[in-house]
Amino acid sequence: MYEFEFVRPGSVAEAIKALGEDEAQPLSGGQTLIPTLKQRLAMPSKLVSLTGIAEMQGITASGDGVSVGGATCHADVAADGTIPALSALAGGIGDPAVRNRGTIGGSLANNDPAACYPAAALGLGATIKTNKREIAADDYFVGLFETALDEGEIVTAVTFPKPEAANYQKFEQPASRFALVGVFVAKTGGGVRVAVTGASEGGVFRWSAAEEALAKDFSASALDGMAPDADGMMSDLHGTAAYRAHLVGVLTRRAVAAC
Amino acid sequence: MPKDGGPNGGIGASTTRREDVRFLSGTGNYTDDINIRGQAYVHFLRSDVAHGRLNKVDTSEAAKMPGVVRIFTGADFEGIGGLPCGWCVTDKHGQPMQEPAHPVLAQGKVRHVGDPIAAVVAETPEQARDAAEMIELDIEELPAVIDMKAALEDGAPKVHDDLTSNLCYDWGFVEENKDAVAKAFDEAAHVTTLELRNQRLVANPMEPRVAIGDFNRATGDHTLYTTSQNPHVIRLLMGAFVLGIPEHKLRVVAPDVGGGFGTKIFHYAEEAFCTFAAKAVNRPVKWTSSRSEAFISDAHGRDHVTTIQLALDKDNNFTALRTDTHANMGAYLSTFAPSVPTWLHGTLMAGNYKTPLIYVNVKAVFTNTVPVDAYRGAGRPEATFQLERVIDKAARELGVDPVELRRQNFITEFPYATPVAVEYDTGDYHGTMDVLESMIDRAGFDARRKESEARGKLRGLGVNCYIEACGIAPSNLVGQLGARAGLYESATVRVNATGGIVVMTGSHSHGQGHETTFPQVIAEMIGIDASMVEIEHGDTDKAPMGMGTYGSRSIAVGGSAMVRAAEKVINKAKKIAAHLLEASEADIELADGQFSVAGTDKAVAWGDVCLAAYVPHNYPLEEIEPGLEETAFYDPANFTYPSGAYACEVEVDPDTGKVEILSFAAADDFGNIINPMIVDGQVHGGIGQGIGQALLESCVYDEDGQLLSASYMDYAMPRASDVPFYAVDHSSQTPCTHNPLGVKGCGEAGAIGSPPAIVNAVVDALRSGGHDIYHVDMPVSPSRVWAAMQG
Ligand SMILES: Cc1cc2nc3c(=O)[nH]c(=O)nc-3n(C[C@H](O)[C@H](O)[C@H](O)COP(=O)(O)OP(=O)(O)OC[C@H]3O[C@@H](n4cnc5c(N)ncnc54)[C@H](O)[C@@H]3O)c2cc1C
Repeated sequence: MYEFEFVRPGSVAEAIKALGEDEAQPLSGGQTLIPTLKQRLAMPSKLVSLTGIAEMQGITASGDGVSVGGATCHADVAADGTIPALSALAGGIGDPAVRNRGTIGGSLANNDPAACYPAAALGLGATIKTNKREIAADDYFVGLFETALDEGEIVTAVTFPKPEAANYQKFEQPASRFALVGVFVAKTGGGVRVAVTGASEGGVFRWSAAEEALAKDFSASALDGMAPDADGMMSDLHGTAAYRAHLVGVLTRRAVAAC
Repeated sequence: MPKDGGPNGGIGASTTRREDVRFLSGTGNYTDDINIRGQAYVHFLRSDVAHGRLNKVDTSEAAKMPGVVRIFTGADFEGIGGLPCGWCVTDKHGQPMQEPAHPVLAQGKVRHVGDPIAAVVAETPEQARDAAEMIELDIEELPAVIDMKAALEDGAPKVHDDLTSNLCYDWGFVEENKDAVAKAFDEAAHVTTLELRNQRLVANPMEPRVAIGDFNRATGDHTLYTTSQNPHVIRLLMGAFVLGIPEHKLRVVAPDVGGGFGTKIFHYAEEAFCTFAAKAVNRPVKWTSSRSEAFISDAHGRDHVTTIQLALDKDNNFTALRTDTHANMGAYLSTFAPSVPTWLHGTLMAGNYKTPLIYVNVKAVFTNTVPVDAYRGAGRPEATFQLERVIDKAARELGVDPVELRRQNFITEFPYATPVAVEYDTGDYHGTMDVLESMIDRAGFDARRKESEARGKLRGLGVNCYIEACGIAPSNLVGQLGARAGLYESATVRVNATGGIVVMTGSHSHGQGHETTFPQVIAEMIGIDASMVEIEHGDTDKAPMGMGTYGSRSIAVGGSAMVRAAEKVINKAKKIAAHLLEASEADIELADGQFSVAGTDKAVAWGDVCLAAYVPHNYPLEEIEPGLEETAFYDPANFTYPSGAYACEVEVDPDTGKVEILSFAAADDFGNIINPMIVDGQVHGGIGQGIGQALLESCVYDEDGQLLSASYMDYAMPRASDVPFYAVDHSSQTPCTHNPLGVKGCGEAGAIGSPPAIVNAVVDALRSGGHDIYHVDMPVSPSRVWAAMQG
């Protein structure tokens, strides 16, 4: 690590102020950022911790959904259960140490192409709330490690509408146990949403062909033999593009069957 | 009848491990726990390219950074020895292998990602790292050779410009058999051929390597604290070949070591550097490897590419075996690297079978990768994997039962001289297979398979055998084979005045439990409680010359040395007892910690004899010296040959290719057993590593020599959820005939015996699903299995 300053503000406003300085960076659970710093791959002058901000903590259920504070850790979401598929997804991230520190805001801000939360946010049609606006999930994920967030903008909360049924299927990458492929299927009043993480070179995406097929017939067999095009899928040590495309089909069918 | 330990916790007792008290309570003393007043810290600047010419290493700006004590480069080591190789293999033409120089810090060229270029010594680790980033490098990148076969092509870039090629040696074994083997293949009724890869692995001991050099200006004594499996070997190699420090001025201490698995056998540049720098800067110098650094600086394991062929006659008897292997040496020769694919591999190719003719060809190749050396099993897993896989393939091609095909070809008479230069002293391969079959309910397998199929899964059963050569090794034999060291072991048994005993052994314990098992042997011999015996190891100033721990040699060789020393102690104690009891020495018997005169009730206790030895008032001073301490060196007459039969049941998810291990059974013959619980644990750990190799682990370079699997994000280690509850049985026991305890060693068996069982099971499962597959390369990952199913 290089040297940096560390501040732990108590409010969003103070945090935004602190982030206004050159080379300042938010720190939430640190499960991504701290390893990056230890590798000396980032050199922030100041870390602004978000975990002491009460308004960014906790989960509030309302009639039609749930709002999760941006600095809420995965373990808390796992324990909540208002949207069982969301809680199950959070409970499957990393190990207990990661879940007790890593946060939803950090995960969505980082937008790792193999992360789980992006699939839930896109699959459930969540709204990402920041210190200055609300962004629909469909507009939020821009590409690998890229989001619609501006410099100095932070995720303060995420609201998820409650689906009629939903399920997340994660196939673990053997080493990191992130998603080699993860598929979140949600049946909502507004239709069926299928969000895929881990697979595409462009990051999390909606598999529209599957959504259309499932809108007509919400059953695993409606997707028989279907898989997205392998073109544009990631290929690495742990799986070729063709394998990933195949897994998307398998996992989507399993998610539908489990809904 | 196996012993049960008796009242003193002797041989056969499943005593819990006494060392675990400190390991589990955080009170161990690992090398990184050692901090010496005034120590400085070193950071190594390592190459981030696989191959390049070092045009310039400019440290002038870096030297001005805060806290820098001194910066060293290759130039500081000119005229100082390089890291030596401990084994010289002779090729099939009778020529010695090509042996490149291995400088402590790179000189002229860098040859793999991780090759150390410069070392910054500074007040803090952070300052050392900051300064290292300021070193200006001009490296002219050269094309890298990564693939072994490409490395041997004409015109391939040379890893070492002064060698004639990238071929270290081309070894033929037994060269004289080659034509007879070819003839047997011509005459065979059936030939099975299998091409496979035994993938490169990273050992990943839980504790990364650490070295601390310390120099005492007043005495001129050097001390190196290091994470080593064999401190005496490091003292000899580093003192004599690298730094020119005589052994009496050099102490090497390997305190608690958190796992070795082979990769802590070798002498590393960082050890020599810290020892050298401590004198140069007149301060203790400490280096602690990060995990990332370990991936690019610890010697790797395996990395063989093999074609194996088995010839059978019309009755399915094995008539000949031929194998052709390319073995990766990496960029330099690590300490024992040349011996692994040759003498630890070719000699094992007979396995448990009476194949009369065998020919092994091994080409060892230099590439721009981290050096490769012994990793748990070292050569024997590679031999076992290819042999047991080709037999399995033969059985499937011939439509015969894989167990029956093995049984039909088992060696049944001992001693048995193989066609590959070794003589097995004992074994009972049918008996061990009987034990295995009693553990696995083969008859019920079809029903289990149907049950899996009903759930949409493919179930497979894999069985294999293994043999290993342990108790390494008879010095005169290995000397003929090119070892530049003897492979005996030593022990001093020091009896104190009040009867307690300290055994100083050259064997090093870093997970094996010596501190528990060695005292059990002494307890058994003398009839005193095991708690009266303590083991000292890991310090060259305490133990006599020792060769350390690897090759499942500790109890077989180190334990034998201890027995010999204890016998000397007992013989002397009998003389003292005879004097005290006024009896003839020939009539003295030792049992239950009492010396008694045969046929009488006259006796004297162990403790009283010990006291007499140190307070020799009533003592035969004219015949024997006071004191009770003896040393013995033991050089084994042969290797030991543990063997076993393993079985694994897996389920394959045909939709994803994911393999799940449902059960694993191990029947081993380790000869006599000192502590059954510790033996179980060694087998469990070995199988865990075997599962890691079979299903998960793989060290992968891209074509430019960048390590793709350079962290746990991409290098898949086995976790608790990946392994089943193992069934382990070692009731099949044919004691070793040539060491005093009749022991064979158990440390590597699990890692040697398990990978083929798993892959055999996966192939069995896939074939049951109608896939015409005979082999899937390790690691048998979901994507590989899926690809194999696509045809
Ligand atoms: C061993 C391990 C296993 C893991 N396994 C998984 C897994 O299976 N699935 C999975 O999805 N993830 C996994 N993760 C990642 C984990 O979920 C992280 O917690 C998460 O990606 C980052 O969250 P964090 O709170 O730790 O963020 P930090 O590491 O603190 O920050 C990450 C990045 O986001 C920025 N940031 C943080 N919070 C905010 C905010 N509120 N607004 C704007 N920017 C912000 C930071 O500046 C930084 O750039 C794993 C991590 C580890 C270490």
